Amino acid sequence: MSKVIKLKKGLDIQIKGEPANNLEHISKPETFAIKPADFQGLVPKLTVAVGDKVKAGTPLFFDKYQPEIQYVSPVSGEVSAINRGERRRILEVIVKTDSANLSEDFLQENPQNLTSDLIKTELLKSGIWPAIKSRPFGIVAHPADQPKAIFISCFDSSPLAPDYDFVFKDEAIAWQTGIDALSKLTKGKINLGLSVNKENKIFSQTKGVEITTFSGPHPAGNVGIQIHAVSPINKGEVVWTLMLQDVIMIGRLFLTGKYDSSRIIALSGSEVKEPRYFQFWQGGSLSGLLKERIAKKNVRIISGNVLTGTAVINDGFLGFYDTMVSVIPDGNYYEMFGWALPGFGKYSPSHTFFSWLGSKRKKYILDSNTHGEERAFVLSDEYEKVLPMDILPVYLLKAILANDIDAMEQLGIYEVIEEDLALCEYVCTSKIMVQSILRKGINNMIKELG
Amino acid sequence: MKALRNWFDKQKPHLEKGGKFHLFKSGFEAIEVFMFVPNHTTKQGTHIRDYVDLKRTMTVVIVALIPALLFGMYNIGYQHYIATGQQLSFLPVFGFGFLKVLPIIIVSYVVGLGIEIAAAQMRGHEVNEGYLVTGMLIPMVLPVTTPLWMVAIAVAFSVIFAKEVFGGTGMNIWNPALVARAFLFFAYPSQMSGDSVWISMGDKAIIDGFSGATPLSQAAAAAAKPMAEVASNHGITYSLMDMFLGFIPGSIGETSKLAILIGAVILLITRIGGWKIMLSTILGGLFMATILNIFAVNSYMAVPAWQHLIMGGFAFGAVFMVTDPVSGAQTNRGKWIYGFLIGVFGIMIRVVNPAYPEGMMLAILIMNMFAPLIDYYVVQGNIKRRMKRAIVKA
Repeated sequence: MSKVIKLKKGLDIQIKGEPANNLEHISKPETFAIKPADFQGLVPKLTVAVGDKVKAGTPLFFDKYQPEIQYVSPVSGEVSAINRGERRRILEVIVKTDSANLSEDFLQENPQNLTSDLIKTELLKSGIWPAIKSRPFGIVAHPADQPKAIFISCFDSSPLAPDYDFVFKDEAIAWQTGIDALSKLTKGKINLGLSVNKENKIFSQTKGVEITTFSGPHPAGNVGIQIHAVSPINKGEVVWTLMLQDVIMIGRLFLTGKYDSSRIIALSGSEVKEPRYFQFWQGGSLSGLLKERIAKKNVRIISGNVLTGTAVINDGFLGFYDTMVSVIPDGNYYEMFGWALPGFGKYSPSHTFFSWLGSKRKKYILDSNTHGEERAFVLSDEYEKVLPMDILPVYLLKAILANDIDAMEQLGIYEVIEEDLALCEYVCTSKIMVQSILRKGINNMIKELG
Repeated sequence: MKALRNWFDKQKPHLEKGGKFHLFKSGFEAIEVFMFVPNHTTKQGTHIRDYVDLKRTMTVVIVALIPALLFGMYNIGYQHYIATGQQLSFLPVFGFGFLKVLPIIIVSYVVGLGIEIAAAQMRGHEVNEGYLVTGMLIPMVLPVTTPLWMVAIAVAFSVIFAKEVFGGTGMNIWNPALVARAFLFFAYPSQMSGDSVWISMGDKAIIDGFSGATPLSQAAAAAAKPMAEVASNHGITYSLMDMFLGFIPGSIGETSKLAILIGAVILLITRIGGWKIMLSTILGGLFMATILNIFAVNSYMAVPAWQHLIMGGFAFGAVFMVTDPVSGAQTNRGKWIYGFLIGVFGIMIRVVNPAYPEGMMLAILIMNMFAPLIDYYVVQGNIKRRMKRAIVKA
């Protein structure tokens, strides 16, 4: 039996729109995009121009400071546009897909027979490498680093998240192959975090890994929380993390020699007609998926979950790391005396609205209104209740605001990224921008460490 | 509602920089967000936000204060009618107190919010909600006979020097309501203590044999006599039930422990006041009082420990002042230490120091000052654990 870690702190937000366990196949989107903004701190250098023909796995751009890390096209087709923003920053490289479904050819071999260097080369060449993130800081891993371990969370506890047992039920072989490949990349262990509440049919059978089981509310499924509970990151240490679908992509790469960007995603949220799962593709345009499936006009569409995802406009694209799309009502309305009403229908973990008397199983429609204006830090012990880590979040944030590098290091900035503190931002009475403050601190840290 | 919303939208251009009424921007916005929760949507970070905001939080605290305030009003009338030997009947009694207390509240809010709005306008930011509670707390910790001009000066002093100079709500070191009281206490001591300030006489004369002394001053007076000569109950003439229910002279809001208890329950249910800090304050008070009991050399020191909880401002302080999240300790461990020491000092000053009849205000102000230090050591503890881990691993 694996070790069980019980986490008490945290919060499962009672939000409406969980995906039902059925899968729908839809036609492939016409356009795909890779967005440099999905990768923290990336300075892209283009290798293609508009009009170039590409296959799945053909590099579109690479990292200026680490040229060996390439970012590739998820499908075959033609580069149709390169959208730039302020100061000519590249926002999106758009590929218009063709019907050929071609992929670059990569090594098709059982990873157990390959050396660590060869696996690294293949992952870099195929453009799957950016799926490996490194802690501290949650940035794309440096290929030269020696990670002390690799951590993979096998469940997503965030609001309306996909159920990985359902999503990956037919992927056992690709999963184990991916794990085999990854195990060559570290001298340490591969740590899986499982949930006590799930069946874990595939994951509990994995060979060559260390399994820890977690119980408790969100953010128990966050890999950062799991690392902190199992083997916290100290200064100078590096840990790599991956999302499940990326492990499976690595598995498919070595099984088939192809870059296969298809993945099952959840379309969830209160504004979706019949939330459920869809066969989709990394970077795919969401317009076809969302058409006819959204109940209202005035909505917020999010690639990712409601706590950490990215807002997209109607014809936006699925993010590189995302496995879900959430749709919630937009909150651009005024509410008369909203702060003073008893609030029977307003879900709030704070107990200041009468909704707390209601059932803990009732689901609520939550919108994107901030429900108040930003203020200075006033209340204490709010963040601590939703952060199952031995970290003092307010002190860390204050150290970041003061740009005190030593204090940031001492207070544990190596151990957290935005998603770990996302709940703090949700519950914050003072409406502080916790995640953007933390990212600012991490960026300053990266600059300082050179 | 729509018409009102449109009216607000129409006025907005006049308040922008260069507009005719730019000087009133902060005040206007304060009224607008009071009427309407703004249409702001999340821009980055989480896409959903809890419904709670600072306005809601502060409103709940005010709701928690209302039982003590209403009882305070009744008690002002009650004490007046007793002192002047008149017949008691509910409406005139409450009405008397209401008319005495209301002007103090109005002065407190008008002066305090006026300064807050001016400060917000000067700095170009929004008016903060913190004063909504402070403005209610200040009248409740004053004797009813405090002249209105003194209330105004104390409020101005506290808002400017205890709060705005530090940067406004969330930045202050001392609890602003207690700073206002301490200001009056030291600037106009004759108005803030003694036996005559607690009861508003109006134009009536006091009847024979009525003293107007609070239980605290009775106990303090008895302490001067040899222990054997002190009558039962340590010189206090009020019954325990009266002290619990609040039919005793005292500051406007502090007398009824029952009403304060109701407020405490509201704060605890809504999780706005921390139970840790309330409990540790009470434990600290009981601890100190028990020690005094053991070494009792006068009748005051022999007052049973639990009885201290229903005397003076201890309960009011423990529920509404110690729990102030800004001026108190902010770490969970720090809260235990902070509350406990307030309880200890509060009782110590009250019983041992003859110069001050009540110790709660000073104890809280002292500990406000030490709260950052307590937190500092708790934070250092967290850092040490992290550093130790790194060394063990290496």
